[in-house]
Amino acid sequence: MGNVLVWIVWLLAAGGCLGSGVAVVSVTDPFYSALALIGNLASLAVLYLLLAAEFLAAAQVLVYAGAVMVMFLFVVAYLGGRADAPWAGGPPLLRMAAVVAAAALLVEVVVVLGLAWGDNLQDPATVSGSFGSPAEIGELFLTDHLLAFEITSIVLLVAAIGGVVLGTTPEKEAE
Amino acid sequence: MDGPDVGWYLIVAAILFGIGALGVMLRRSPLIVLLSLEIMLNAANLTLIAFSRQHGNLDGQIFALSVMAVAAAEVAIGLGLIVAMARRRIVLDVDQASALRG
Repeated sequence: MGNVLVWIVWLLAAGGCLGSGVAVVSVTDPFYSALALIGNLASLAVLYLLLAAEFLAAAQVLVYAGAVMVMFLFVVAYLGGRADAPWAGGPPLLRMAAVVAAAALLVEVVVVLGLAWGDNLQDPATVSGSFGSPAEIGELFLTDHLLAFEITSIVLLVAAIGGVVLGTTPEKEAE
Repeated sequence: MDGPDVGWYLIVAAILFGIGALGVMLRRSPLIVLLSLEIMLNAANLTLIAFSRQHGNLDGQIFALSVMAVAAAEVAIGLGLIVAMARRRIVLDVDQASALRG
């Protein structure tokens, strides 16, 4: 019974995820595109929960669907009508090639998955209830992955400074 | 594990990655290209977390968290670039921003 429920939740989350992904790419108004990405990130968070990644699901909703997307919507609002993104333009051959390349990518991945399915993708490891909890993630971050943790903080600092530098108008060009 | 095998998650991630790649290649607005990039990054995150669950090893989740942080930095810089382009009255079209093409 619990199994069926998990499948239903999974199907809803996966369907929402793919549907909103298509909407992000196909809608012309960037505002709706960004809103669709919020739905995409939220349904991905549900998938993360099903994979026992509680902390990541929370971080996804807080950091991504919250902070990053607010920044996005802010820029879309700032740009106003200039942000509109019609589909037009580009030689048809180029567009065909893009579709073919994306399809080839997809087929490759699915074929590899199909080949590996029988061997490695069944019988997942049994994990304890605290798998993916903030305590375990935090402990790993401050022991085994301390360097990655510190480098991440420097990357974020550099990005913040870069955002400020890009945002300030040079005196000469401001005229 | 209740519910679907890890392979199903990987297929969702593969389709999501394809959608994102299509968006990056087809759309010309830098804003939509950035959003499609986010989709691709999230598809990669989903595979990392799926394999982390499969092998009962938390390193994959740590990696996914780092990817999230880098994605946030990338959005900050990307949006800064777009705003700078808009201020200098440059048309928001990735095909026309070709000054660095040489």
